Parts: sequence; C-alpha cells; structure tokens
Amino acid sequence: MNRKLTGDNVFKLLTAIIVASAAVILVVNAAVLITGSTTVLQRFGLNFFVGTRWDANLGREAFGALPYVLGTLVTSGIALLIGVPLSLGIAIFLVEMAPRTLRVPISYLVELLAAVPSVIYGLWGLFVLRFWIRDAIEVPVSTYLGWIPIFSGTPFGLDVFTAGIILALMIIPTVASVSKEVISAVPGSIREGAYSIGATKWEVIRHWVLSYGRSGIFGAVILGLGRAVGETMAVTMVIGNATGPSAVPTSLFKPGQTMASLIANNFLETTTGTLERSAYVGVGLILLLISFLINIAAYFLVTRVLKVKGGAVE
Amino acid sequence: MFTSYAMRKFKNRFFFFLCLLCVVAAVLPLLSILYEVVVRGAPQLSLQFLTQGPGTIGQSAGGIGPAIQGSLILIGLTSLIGVPVGILSGVYLAEYGNNKYADAMRTINDMLTEFPSIVIGITVSAVVVSLIIGRYSAIAGAVALAFMMIPIVARTTEESLKLVPNSVREASLALGVHKWRTTVSVVLPAARAGLVTGTLLSVARIAGETAPLIMTILGNTYFFLGFDQPMDALPLRIYRNSLQPYQDLQAQGWGAALVLVLIVLAINVGVRFASRGRFRR
Amino acid sequence: MISINDSSEFESMKMRSVGLNAWFGAKQALKDINVAVKANAVTAIIGPSGCGKSTLIRCFNRMHELVPGAKTSGQVLLDGKDIYSGDIDPVMIRRRVGMVFQKPNPFPTMSIYDNVAAGLKLTGMKKGKNLDEVVRRSLEQATLWEEVKNDLNNPGTSISGGQQQRLCIARAIALQPEVILMDEPCSALDPIATARIEELVVQLKNQYTVVIVTHNMQQAARVSDFTAFMYLGRLIEFGDTSSVFENPRSELTEKYITGKFG
Repeated sequence: MNRKLTGDNVFKLLTAIIVASAAVILVVNAAVLITGSTTVLQRFGLNFFVGTRWDANLGREAFGALPYVLGTLVTSGIALLIGVPLSLGIAIFLVEMAPRTLRVPISYLVELLAAVPSVIYGLWGLFVLRFWIRDAIEVPVSTYLGWIPIFSGTPFGLDVFTAGIILALMIIPTVASVSKEVISAVPGSIREGAYSIGATKWEVIRHWVLSYGRSGIFGAVILGLGRAVGETMAVTMVIGNATGPSAVPTSLFKPGQTMASLIANNFLETTTGTLERSAYVGVGLILLLISFLINIAAYFLVTRVLKVKGGAVE
Repeated sequence: MFTSYAMRKFKNRFFFFLCLLCVVAAVLPLLSILYEVVVRGAPQLSLQFLTQGPGTIGQSAGGIGPAIQGSLILIGLTSLIGVPVGILSGVYLAEYGNNKYADAMRTINDMLTEFPSIVIGITVSAVVVSLIIGRYSAIAGAVALAFMMIPIVARTTEESLKLVPNSVREASLALGVHKWRTTVSVVLPAARAGLVTGTLLSVARIAGETAPLIMTILGNTYFFLGFDQPMDALPLRIYRNSLQPYQDLQAQGWGAALVLVLIVLAINVGVRFASRGRFRR
Repeated sequence: MISINDSSEFESMKMRSVGLNAWFGAKQALKDINVAVKANAVTAIIGPSGCGKSTLIRCFNRMHELVPGAKTSGQVLLDGKDIYSGDIDPVMIRRRVGMVFQKPNPFPTMSIYDNVAAGLKLTGMKKGKNLDEVVRRSLEQATLWEEVKNDLNNPGTSISGGQQQRLCIARAIALQPEVILMDEPCSALDPIATARIEELVVQLKNQYTVVIVTHNMQQAARVSDFTAFMYLGRLIEFGDTSSVFENPRSELTEKYITGKFG
C-alpha cells in the first residue's frame, strides 16, 4: 500500500520540519557567535578571557572580557543574596501563612513583577530607585564604612549595587513560584510527623519542609541565576557603563558593567568585520555559554525534583 | 539549658513576620513602579503625543507616534512569523511527540526560552542586517523578536493541546477522520482558549523587549519608511530618551513607558480575567 | 451511651471528651462524643470505615485543626483541664500526647538517631551523653535498639516497614508523653511486624496511657482493656473489652462484632 503522500504523512512531516526551527535558531546563533569571535580569539587567545583592558584604538588594541564576566557574576550574586531569601519568604507566606482569600491576589501581584518589561525596571531604577538607594543606603554606608574596599568610592547610585538590587526584584517571580511548588509538594506525612512531636509551625518549615525540598529550592535558585545573568536592559540603565580595568567590580558603589550591558551600550559603535566588533561578539559568546550551563543545571534539578514529586512545573 | 518554650513561640511569630515583610518588600516596588509611570507619564498623554513625531528639541510639541506605530508593526510582523511557526511546532510536540527527535526539539525549545535576548540581537544583526538586507531594518527586528516568540508559543501550544482529552481525538478518529484533519479541525479548536492565551502572553512579552531591537531596527524619529529601513519602537524610545539630558525628552520617555505598561498590563490582566472561570474547581 | 459504671471513676480518667463535635468544613465527622480514657490502660476504638475514629484521636492531640476548614466544639480534658481552652498552645499538648500514624512516617532527611532525638532537640536538648541516653532508652522501649544500635546514622527510611513503625514509636516515646495515640499502627505492616507491635503496645501501658484505633477487631480484643465502638460519627458503646465483645449492650455493636457489616 503506497502511503507516501497521505494527508497524515504530509502533515506530520510538515510539522516535524517546522519544529526544527528551534534547532535552526540555536545553530544559527551558535554559528554566528563562534565565527564572529574567531578574529578576536585568534588575536588575543586566552587573554581575551582573563585580560581587563578594553581599548579599541588602532595600534593599542586590547580586549579582555574579565571585568564584564565578573560584573555579571557580582550583580547576579547580589541578586541571589537579596532575592532568594525574599522569594523563600514569599513562598512560605503563600503556602503556609496566607489566609485562603489572600493567597491568589498576592500570588498574582508577585507574578505581575515578571510582566513588567525590563526597560521599565531600568527607567524606574534610573530615575527613582537609584536616588533612594544612594541617599538611604549608599551615602550612610560610604560615610561610616567607606574604608572597607567593597564600600569605597563616591556613591552616585549608578553602580553594581543598584543593578544587583533591581536584578533581585526581577528574579523574585521565578524563584518564588518554583519554591512555592516545591514547598507545596512536601508530603503531608512528614509535616504530620513533625507536628506530632510538638514542633511549632515555623520549626516544621525550617527543619523539615525546607530540608526535604532542598534540591528543588536549589534548582529554583539556579533558575533565578540564569534569569539574572541574561538580563540586559534594566542592568544597562543603572550600572554606570564602565569599561576596561575600572570595570572590574572591586566596590559595590562603583560603576560597573556586565557582559550584556557592555554589548547593549557599545555594540552600535562598532563596524562589521572589525576586530572591535569581534570583541563584542566574543563577549556575547561567553555570555551565551555561561547562561547555557546555568540553565542546563537548573533544568535537571527542577524538572527531576518536581516531576518525581508529582507537582506541576511552573 | 533547655530552649525556653517562650523563645520558640517568639521565633515562630518573628519568622512569620519576616515572611510577611518579604511579601511587602516585593509588592512595594511594583506599586512604586506603577505609581511613577502613571504620575510621570500621564501628563504627557494627549492625542498629539500619541500620533505625532518627536519634532525638534525644545519645542513643546512632540510625540511618540513613530514609536507606537513601530511597535504595532513589529508586533504584527513578529506574530506573522512567530505564531504559525510556534503553533505548528507545538502541534508536532503534542500530537507526534513521543520520540527522541521530539524530545531533543523540546529540550532545545526550552533552552531557547532562556536565551539572553541581547545575544539574539547580535545574531540577527549579523545575519539579517549585515548579510541579507545591508542596513538596520524593521524586518530584522521582527526576525529577532520572532526568535524569542517561537519557543514560547511552541511550549504553550504543546501544553494547551495536551490538555485536550484523548477521548476527543478518539471520537473523531473513530468516525473515520484522518489524524491530521482531527488535529486541525477538532483538537486545535478545542484548545483555542489556551492557544490564544499563550499567544497573547507571548505578545505582551515581546512588546516589552528592547535589547534585541538596539542593533536590529536601530530606532528612528520618523514614521515607518519601509520594512528594510530603521524603525522606532516603544521600548527603544523609552531607552533612548532616558539617556537624553533634555527634560522634555525624558518626560516623553515616561509617557511612552505609560503607554507600554498599559498595553502589557492590559494583555496580562485581560488574559487572566478571561481564563478565570475556566480553571475553577 | 457510656457504660462505665462508676461516674466518679469517669471523672478521674486520664483523658476524656465532653460533648465533642468535629467538622471538616460543612461535613460533621464527630457527633457529641463523650468518651473516657483510663490511665495506664489500653483503650481501643473500633468501627467501620468512616465512623470517625481517626478524627476522634486527632482531636485528642489537636492535629485535627491542622486541616484547612476543620472545626471542633466541646471539650477534651487532659487531667481535668480542657486542651481546647483559649490559653493552651497545641504545641504543648502534642508533647504530652504523642501520636503514631497509620503509615510509618520516619523523617527521610534524618538519621535513625536524629529521628528519635528530633522532638528533644526542639526543646533545646543539646548533643551529648544525655541525648544519647534518651535515644537509647526510647529505642529499647520500642524494642528496636538491638536491631539498629550499630546503624544509628543510617537514614530513618533505610529500615523495614515494621522497624520504621517502631522507630516512630520510639520517636514519640522520647518525649516522655503521658498519652500515646495510635492510628491503625499495624494496617500497613505484615503479620509478624504486627504481632511485635501488639506486644509492644501491651508493654507500653505500664508507663503510658495508650489509645489505639483499629479496624481489626481481633487486635482490639487482644491488646486492649477498654473498647469504644463508633458508627457514623457517634459513640455507640464503650466499656471494658470483654464486656463489649462478649456482652454488647447495643444491637449495632453486636452486628459489627459478629461481622454482619463493616
């Protein structure tokens, strides 16, 4: 029986080809980034990854991506330090504390944080939050603790610290919602056992729920890290646009630069085919690789934990 | 030396209070953002503001007409590419997706949703702007945003289709209808609500994207000039104006921000409101 | 319908309920229960599925109220004091009234040692000789010590079902409760493990007051001194075990005991 051109086969083939668009997008991205970086990598080799100078002037060219890698890691680190505890607190509140009627509205408000476009966060950060952070936090800390290296420098508010805070806000919806799922998935029998030996509600959460959900929560954290690393606009608008060795994040109150913000700030100044353009593509490649690794880790942690426990993912 | 019971009770109250503070710490910024956008942006709103170009600096007249037009065109173009590709991808994953190839595609798809958007901008800039068209262009922006839209729509489509009970498919197949016809005429319509929701939410998402637009459509103070020409868009306008030292341009930026937030929130809240009854147990 | 003959004896019971009602939302699970539990004795609660026996004992250690929408009314007196009165914290009650659950639920993220020590650590007992001693004593009382004494650091879930249940008993005992509530403790276990637990229950009554819910009438007849029969949320009959089984006063009790339903 000749089944070659039946409607079913054609349709199946058609959709199978279309779904490969994902692979095409991935491959095109990888190909462009890799070929685009060869110029700068051939020229500087390992120095591209560990150097700190960033100079496009002919004759003095030097491109080192280290400050921006560090900038990404530091701002993301701040985002996690602040955002994860807040997210856990919110998740615990929603699952364990909130009265039934409040649960949905508050949950929704937290989700709305994710709907706000990045550029709006940046705008608000640039014109509103930054002054508040500068006056309420940075100036006092700088006055009294400015001798400590990470608090050194004159605080203007457009720096690594502010970028970290905005990032913290932006990762809360992700980390909180996954944590919420993880905490809800902890079996009732464990909670009952804990209550039966006279634990208070908080003790049940702290000693049993959180430890049982350990790996799921860790997965949520990694997911949040992935978001923070890839975030561009909000960071670009508040981080201060430093380049070269001064962009190395030695102090919270100094302007800095992440890989993403570097590209956003400067890509347009470059011309195709130049070494300088290649340098920016190279930074993009590093960013992609780091983001890739983080998200693979998160994927395994979260889907494995949540699927096994039978909870719904996202 | 035993921990006093009173201490445990206190800790219980204290930590729960901290959790409440966490919620406040997250909700307050959201409220502040909304407040500032409204308070700073609302004074800008007028028919003139929404329909005219920026004009010359210093003149009181000026608007974000090109940006709004650009965003609408961009959304349209992007959806034209992204929605069919995304939905058909989702169809494959849901209806034929029980094999290794589909698993691989699914994984790649999930990875794509987490791609840093600036990287997509670089790629499309290199391929479309530099290679294919030769200049910053609207179509490049649409391609970049489509790259972001496709994975999202594919995933929501797959989820929505999976929610359609198998009995529906079986009923149709038992009547002698081919599988492809079943999918197109029975399953897809049955999942219509979820598909629309997913599409609308992805539109809201890309409407606010800025990074990939920087090096693809570049931005423009003129109205639409052609698909192969630079174009403006709301998020880009907001970003560019924020960098300007001129008060009136900054104010226009806030006006644009208000318009963008209204669009995005309207879609989000609208979708939420419309699917309220559906998931009630 | 209580058939304890001497009402003053009734007054001096270790635990008793007075007009106890309980609801899950709108559904009433317990209707006007007046039952008494004698100190240092084993009281069994029997009845068909859904009669409310688990709900009843969960009201005795205030676990019932942990279910969203759950409500109670009436009193439950422990040594004459109502555990539901406003100034009492359920946490304190649960230390005096321990519970063992139907399906053994040792804490999977903790070792055998830590499982037993968990309740004590919450009250502030630090690591050391004292704690080791209490853990050992509890495991001995639960007749589990010999089998796990060399594996105390293994996870609580690394032992067999019957052993896990004895671990849960040790965990409850470690707090030196006055009353131990057992909710069908053997229903998930094989006959040999069941027999061991039944032996244990009889031993435990020397030091503790035991209330055991069971759907197995023979088990009730074997281990208990007093038996309460419940049906559809009401207490139908209550008295010493031999009377209830050999000479039931209610026809319903007789029908249940002779297997005509349930």
